[in-house]
Amino acid sequence: MKDLFRAIWAYRHFILTSIKNDLRARFVRSKLGTLWMILQPLAQCAIYALVLSKVLAAKLPHVDSPYAYPIYLMSGIVAWTLFNELVSRSLTMFVDNGNIMKKIMFPRICLPIVTAGSALVNNVLLIATTLLVFATLGHWSSAGLIWLPVLLLVNVAFGMALGMILGIFNVFVRDVAQVAAVVLQLWFWLTPVVYMIDIVPESARQYFRSNPMYPIVSGYQDVLLHDRAPDLKSLAIIGGFSLVLLCISLLLFRRASADMVDVL
Amino acid sequence: MSKELVTVRSLGKAFREYRSELLRFATWFGMSARASNEHWVLRGVSFSLGRGEAIGIVGQNGAGKSTLLKLITGTLRPSEGGVTVHGRIAAILELGMGFNPELTGRQNVIHSAGLMGMSNAEIEQGMSGIEEFAEIGEYFDQPVRTYSSGMQMRVAFSVATAFKPDLLIVDEALSVGDAYFQHKCFDRIREYQKRGTSLLIVSHDRGAVQSLCTRALLLERGRLIKDGGPEEVMDFYNALIAERENATVRTGRGSDGRVQTISGTGEAVVEHLELRDADGLRLEFVSVGAKVSLYVRVRVVMDIERLVLGYMVKDRLGQVIFGTNTYHTSQILENAKAGDIVEYNISFPMNLGPGSYSISTALVSSDTHLVDNYEWRDLALVFNVQNLELPFFIGSSYMNPSIKVIRQ
Repeated sequence: MKDLFRAIWAYRHFILTSIKNDLRARFVRSKLGTLWMILQPLAQCAIYALVLSKVLAAKLPHVDSPYAYPIYLMSGIVAWTLFNELVSRSLTMFVDNGNIMKKIMFPRICLPIVTAGSALVNNVLLIATTLLVFATLGHWSSAGLIWLPVLLLVNVAFGMALGMILGIFNVFVRDVAQVAAVVLQLWFWLTPVVYMIDIVPESARQYFRSNPMYPIVSGYQDVLLHDRAPDLKSLAIIGGFSLVLLCISLLLFRRASADMVDVL
Repeated sequence: MSKELVTVRSLGKAFREYRSELLRFATWFGMSARASNEHWVLRGVSFSLGRGEAIGIVGQNGAGKSTLLKLITGTLRPSEGGVTVHGRIAAILELGMGFNPELTGRQNVIHSAGLMGMSNAEIEQGMSGIEEFAEIGEYFDQPVRTYSSGMQMRVAFSVATAFKPDLLIVDEALSVGDAYFQHKCFDRIREYQKRGTSLLIVSHDRGAVQSLCTRALLLERGRLIKDGGPEEVMDFYNALIAERENATVRTGRGSDGRVQTISGTGEAVVEHLELRDADGLRLEFVSVGAKVSLYVRVRVVMDIERLVLGYMVKDRLGQVIFGTNTYHTSQILENAKAGDIVEYNISFPMNLGPGSYSISTALVSSDTHLVDNYEWRDLALVFNVQNLELPFFIGSSYMNPSIKVIRQ
């Protein structure tokens, strides 16, 4: 474990430039450049708001803003975007970098860190814009925002751990990525992002609450829409769970890395 | 610090397949699962590489050369045995690999050097040197997608060798690029070699191996079968290839220092050949236009149904000037018996331009050596043509002109 951190430290500059290059390369030839990282989720939010606001806006009576539903929607999408990006990019991370892994000796742990780092930078930019949009809509968040870093941390830990485990298995069984893409979509609709948990039948709610993404997404909603602290108990549980999962993923990574290059 | 830079001890690498990937996953957690298929690409390889030593690794495709290099760089883990390396390795394995086409040359250099484990300060220090060595001018700050493959290779080589490593691994990479840059690459490699860098080169280029290496290793089907001087190992390697084609290859040095290659199954051999003048005396220097004859004495080693002699005259660049065989001249020798001696006398006027020429001979059964190749002898004879008596002319053939000049 100590070697792992030493390797990361030795390659810190490489990790930073990789994150920078990653962001740069993705948007270098588009006119609006980095703006697309933010425009895409915003557009997604606008579409849902346009289609669903009439149906769902009434479900948020205790928020006195005419834009309550779009704000609710945006809060959830911010959370989901990060998770989704982490998992879907980690899934193919080893396969995509197979060529480099086969030819150059470098600490492999850099790959997931670069992926997580670039997803995190994306998300921070998205949050900043979201807050700006909220402000223009006349909605200000303040005290609750101090919980945001905690939420980000838990979200990254969970997404990275899950993505890495799936990414490792995907090297050996390539179907994993295909299945995971479908599951991620289903998962999105099973998580109260677009709708509120209130519209789910009472009997089913406990199942919805056992979804590990539920405390994270509702935490974002608490902070960004309601400007209050998230449910710390459930967040602590999922935080602990993510930590355990992260340890498992690192262990798996250690055990699998010898075999990984053989089949890449 | 240990004396040896790299020590390889009974190294082996197996690629394993499992009936189900679940079994493979189980092995990560200490459970023993039998692989359904175990493919050893390298086994029992041991050698050591001292500081400043240069080793060439040769072998046929699939002999395990690349696997060996990957095990030494550490990207692959050995299945048995081990590798110890004391020092920094730089590998020119696949040039330009990992370059992002959307980023500029400079940004890619930073990225690649980082991947090699260089710190920011080191990269900054080396940057101007890299830019200078690549010699691609303003393109250095343009996206790599606008580069030609040669330019990409220049940048890639410059980064890979920008920081003096303790061991430089070169994998067939030097055959790309223009001649000028290739010279530069070799110069840099030689310079590092002088300053104590060890080399590990995989190449089919006999010249590169012999001029850079002090030792060579021959791999065959994953085993190290020869470890010795480059010339000796390369010769053995050539013989090995020939054996695979059910023939033997021998090489030797001709009188002019060029390497003769003789291949074939050996049912008949050319025992002697020489160029003779009209009086039957042996010639080495021939005058343009002289009447000469090529004398070839063939010994039949085993009974063969048909024997055809072919010959080719080549210029110093290896271009064929003339060639024919006794199949085309309808002079096939039928039912040659073991022990027979066959003499051929081929007469012709030496209507060639001044220069150095060589003769290759072939003993076959039909009009091509691809059916039965009893013996094929390149550079069997080398001779020079001089223009002593005739008016000056240039070119490779003497066309014996008669020029009429009429003034009115």
